[in-house]
Amino acid sequence: MNHLEFEKPLIELYEKIEQLKSLSKTSEINLDQEIEKIEKRALMVKKDIYSHLTPPQIVQIARHQNRPDSLSLLHLMSDSFVPLHGDRLFRDDPSIVGGLASIGGHKVVVIGHQKGHDTKENIYRNFGMPHPEGYRKALRLMKMAEKFKRPIVTLIDTPGAYPGIEAEERGQAEAIARNLKEMAAFTVPIITFVIGEGGSGGALAIGVANKVHMLEYSVYSVISPEGCASILFRDATKSDLASASLKITSEDVVRLGIADGVIAEPLGGGHHDWNAVSKCIKNQIVSDLKLYSKMDPSDIMEERYQKFRNMGQYSS
Amino acid sequence: MSILDWLSKKQKVSPQAEKLNIPGDLWVKCKSCSEVMFIKDLEKSFKVCIHCEYHFRITPDERLSYLFDKKSFKEIDGGIKPIDFLEFTDTEPYKKRIELAQKKSNRSEAMIIGEATLNNHPINVGIMDFSFMGGSMGSVVGEKVTRIIENAIINKAPLFIFTSSGGARMQEGITSLMQMAKTSAALSRLSDAGVPYVSILCDPTTGGTSASFAMLGDIHIAEPGALISFAGPRVIEQTIRQKVPKGFQRAEFLLEHGMVDMVVKRKDLKQRLLDIVTLLGVQEG
Ligand SMILES: [Zn+2]
Repeated sequence: MNHLEFEKPLIELYEKIEQLKSLSKTSEINLDQEIEKIEKRALMVKKDIYSHLTPPQIVQIARHQNRPDSLSLLHLMSDSFVPLHGDRLFRDDPSIVGGLASIGGHKVVVIGHQKGHDTKENIYRNFGMPHPEGYRKALRLMKMAEKFKRPIVTLIDTPGAYPGIEAEERGQAEAIARNLKEMAAFTVPIITFVIGEGGSGGALAIGVANKVHMLEYSVYSVISPEGCASILFRDATKSDLASASLKITSEDVVRLGIADGVIAEPLGGGHHDWNAVSKCIKNQIVSDLKLYSKMDPSDIMEERYQKFRNMGQYSS
Repeated sequence: MSILDWLSKKQKVSPQAEKLNIPGDLWVKCKSCSEVMFIKDLEKSFKVCIHCEYHFRITPDERLSYLFDKKSFKEIDGGIKPIDFLEFTDTEPYKKRIELAQKKSNRSEAMIIGEATLNNHPINVGIMDFSFMGGSMGSVVGEKVTRIIENAIINKAPLFIFTSSGGARMQEGITSLMQMAKTSAALSRLSDAGVPYVSILCDPTTGGTSASFAMLGDIHIAEPGALISFAGPRVIEQTIRQKVPKGFQRAEFLLEHGMVDMVVKRKDLKQRLLDIVTLLGVQEG
């Protein structure tokens, strides 16, 4: 498993514990007390590290290779899950997954960006960067949800919409714009979770929701810190500064009134315990849908509309 | 005072036009074909090069004067101003960038909205100003787009929006991104109200602007040669590590790929818009 740079002091302690354990086995000296002491220290160090994370460190966790992905989470939290494919226009985009699911007794339509956990998977998933057909697939599924009155659950995890020649030829901008417009008018509730990277318009294109929740170590941003650094700061090495300036952490995005809440992750980040993450998301879905099941469809649409209508800070 | 100083004071010449200091006359050199012409001739031709038809970028005031009935434009909500709520500083503080842009343009933001008449047809108009921080969309631009849409829902007159924008304004962070959702949502209500929306895509229209209200018109008109894209050519070249083909993401390319209805020369735009309003507008009387 790959470690993050800032976890180094922790990793050193873990290594020491392993050494002591094997030493006590081979030499038959009882080192339990010693081991316990270091384990306690490790826990303290871990708590300390994770209570002082900087925005660039949070970006690293959000992009972690072992970060729980949409499909895995959907399988973990669904009682049943039927994946669906294709936009009926061009092809099936593996960067976007979706289907029918039952979650905690609620029949829903689910959609998510899909990243991989190794190079091979990531190439197949295009690193979670959809082409227009991915967004059109998402729209097809959402329209089906509206038709059969099924709530929509979306999971956001993308560096952004793919910047490529074919994506432009097939209308990347139009595909994203269309989703924003159509999502505003659905009468079924839409619940969104930013589970990793919320990269710009490519993220928002499945994120016009009644409730937007962010996992504790996820980020949501108008542009990647790297992109912002090279364009605004004119210095690609200033991405750490850009990530702090853009206010992209879950805490900041909630404070700005763009996301509704933060979902706490297991100590050390969601990549250590996918199951725990899936349970937290599932609980949130169940409690949100309980609320919306009592609400009038036109009120559900109006609530979502007003939520986005009121976003913006200016002086008049 | 030199001619250059005088020119910059008058703010008559688009920043792309290279000014030549030839005594006695005022000349401009075309950025595209490098030919030289009288400023007067350039202005008479709607700021289109008389040699190669290169369309210079123009100001909102110039657009208004080319298309709408004289003095018919009544600005709406011109007083909304941006605020630096993230206290953002890159190579310069956002506050300072705003001040500078406001001073240079004599406007509070990168967009004006209002009502005007086109040969006596009432029209709701929004015009973006690329010279104001790259026409970027922050809270104010998003709010103005939304308000002119709401205005159109009430008065039922057709809506024209002229886009010229690099995309979302980074200095307002995630709140800028949300302006894409806000404006697109308002357009869904405009659709329900049955009011025609013509999006006129000018050079350049990219990023968050193209991926929201610019691409949601009932009719899409592009100015010749305009760059219209989601990702800019440079970002794409960095990603795929090769040069993009010539003409890629230009207006004519979008026409070929079915993303715009027509590419219309500036001199023909008024007639085209009139035809559309007559054929699609709300019945009179
Ligand atoms: Zn020329």
